[in-house]
Amino acid sequence: MTPAPDSVAAAGTGSRHTGRGLRLDGVSKAFGSGATALLALDNVSLNVAPGEFVCLLGASGCGKSTLLNLVADLDRPSAGAIDVGGARVALMFQEPALFPWLTVTGNIELALRMRGVPRQERRQRAAQLLASVHLGGFERRRPHQLSGGMRQRVALARALALTVDDADASRGTVLLMDEPFGALDAMTRDLLHDEIERIWRERDLTVLFVTHNVREAVRLGDRVVLLSSRPGRVVEEFPVTLDRPRRIDSTEVATLSAAITDRLREEVSRHGA
Amino acid sequence: MAPEAMTTEPRKDTEDLAPAVNRELAGLDALELTVRSRRNPIARLWSAAWPVLAAVGIALALWQLVVLSGWKESWVLPGPADVLPELWNSVTSGSFWGAVGLTMQRAVIGFAVSVLVGTVLGLAVSRFGVLRRAFGSLITGLQTMPSIAWFPLAILLFQLSESAILFVVVLGAAPSIANGLIAGVDYLPPILLRAGKVMGLRGLSQYRHLILPASLPAFVAGLKQGWAFAWRSLMAGELLVQIGTTSSVGRLLSDSRELSDTAAMISVMLVILVIGIVIDQLFGLADRTLRNRWGLNAAD
Ligand SMILES: Nc1ncnc2c1ncn2[C@@H]1O[C@H](COP(=O)(O)OP(=O)(O)O)[C@@H](O)[C@H]1O
Ligand SMILES: [Mg+2]
Repeated sequence: MTPAPDSVAAAGTGSRHTGRGLRLDGVSKAFGSGATALLALDNVSLNVAPGEFVCLLGASGCGKSTLLNLVADLDRPSAGAIDVGGARVALMFQEPALFPWLTVTGNIELALRMRGVPRQERRQRAAQLLASVHLGGFERRRPHQLSGGMRQRVALARALALTVDDADASRGTVLLMDEPFGALDAMTRDLLHDEIERIWRERDLTVLFVTHNVREAVRLGDRVVLLSSRPGRVVEEFPVTLDRPRRIDSTEVATLSAAITDRLREEVSRHGA
Repeated sequence: MAPEAMTTEPRKDTEDLAPAVNRELAGLDALELTVRSRRNPIARLWSAAWPVLAAVGIALALWQLVVLSGWKESWVLPGPADVLPELWNSVTSGSFWGAVGLTMQRAVIGFAVSVLVGTVLGLAVSRFGVLRRAFGSLITGLQTMPSIAWFPLAILLFQLSESAILFVVVLGAAPSIANGLIAGVDYLPPILLRAGKVMGLRGLSQYRHLILPASLPAFVAGLKQGWAFAWRSLMAGELLVQIGTTSSVGRLLSDSRELSDTAAMISVMLVILVIGIVIDQLFGLADRTLRNRWGLNAAD
């Protein structure tokens, strides 16, 4: 990865957009080799502008998690290049993946610590992050004492903790989220949509948000990118120009969702034939 | 719910709704949380104690039955009625506690050295592939080696000395401790490793904040097993390696055999059994506490 460019914009007034966004260039990923090799991603090219919120939409097993793992540098692409422009990468996994030996606040504080937040500030900032996912008062619990949805909210707070960067604010942060709200009930999910949107604006994050829920994608994204299955390819992109804040049950969201769903159906039924 | 900070910013679409929704959310959360029942501690102690007491009672009864059957003469196999008073005489005498003291001192030193050696060995083997290929199966092999088989060599190397006993105790216990740690590192859930990487944990910080804490339950299980091996090796050592006139639990055992004082011999055996069980229980307690805290037990 290339080092971060000197970000003039970050220091001055003007645009607060930091980093260079995210660029995927002809990225392919194959698992295994020879006859049993599985091509999970095929020549995926995708640009996410700094400060943009892009939703990645695709059927289960189409390679969405694989893509995020590649961007987070947890795995290497078989071909192609990925450039995050020197930005920090925070990833929220599909499962909570909390450390069971730490309390809820301990999990968040460890993430803050790794981002260079001084010790005396960690407790308070962890409390703020937990409050933002409506888990104030649960700091001293351990992950196994929470419900699945609550654990997922702790994981969200931890991912948000990784977007904090006191040491080098000019680097910018790419936040990757892998079906983060799949396990939540609708009411909690709506609240967290508001919260994630607010934090995205406030911190000027570049977000790549994976979901298989079309309405969720339209509710949140500046752009919805549709992936095909086996191998994963970019099929089509839908800009979402609806004014924010949006409501997931508004007619505008529903109309656009219907159009995207049709296209998704088409794509899925190609495999049935 | 949580204070000001991040939630007070006006949000047009949810502003009016938020307090109500927050309350509902808190309600949902409360419903989802598991309700933990707290039982009376005396009741809990009793429910743990009575099966043990019953088992001890049955064992004593069987023993007494064998004695009553007249299978062996009473000086060869005395019954509980002869042994228990002998045991009482022992535990109320100073020389007995001197012997127990020396044995426990050896046990503690031997176990501490084993923990040190086992931990260093386990960390090295789990960290470096070459070492694993070289020593991985050797360590498991060492575990199956009866410790008594080491004594001829130990006595040649160290004569009849504390070092000979220590040598065998460490050879008995360290492999189990190393294996516990290796298992802990090996079975670390990959998702946690990846979560750690995303946070930026690598090298030393990865060990400190992720690998070591994550392998703690397996390590404690290894300690428990290591203790069992250390205790067995130590008893074998105290029977075989007698140093001058020092008195240890093993020495009491062999002395009473030489004097054909079977009642004393069995009472020493009971002492060995009880010490072993008590310490094993302490490790078991540590293990269970850890698992409960982490939520690793299905039945909480
Ligand atoms: N480590 C792996 N080894 C082999 N195959 C894998 C691996 N990870 C993912 N796959 C396969 O790649 C495809 C895409 O997986 P994934 O990225 O998890 O899909 P999604 O997140 O879109 O549901 C699936 O067919 C899956 O079985
Ligand atoms: Mg996935």
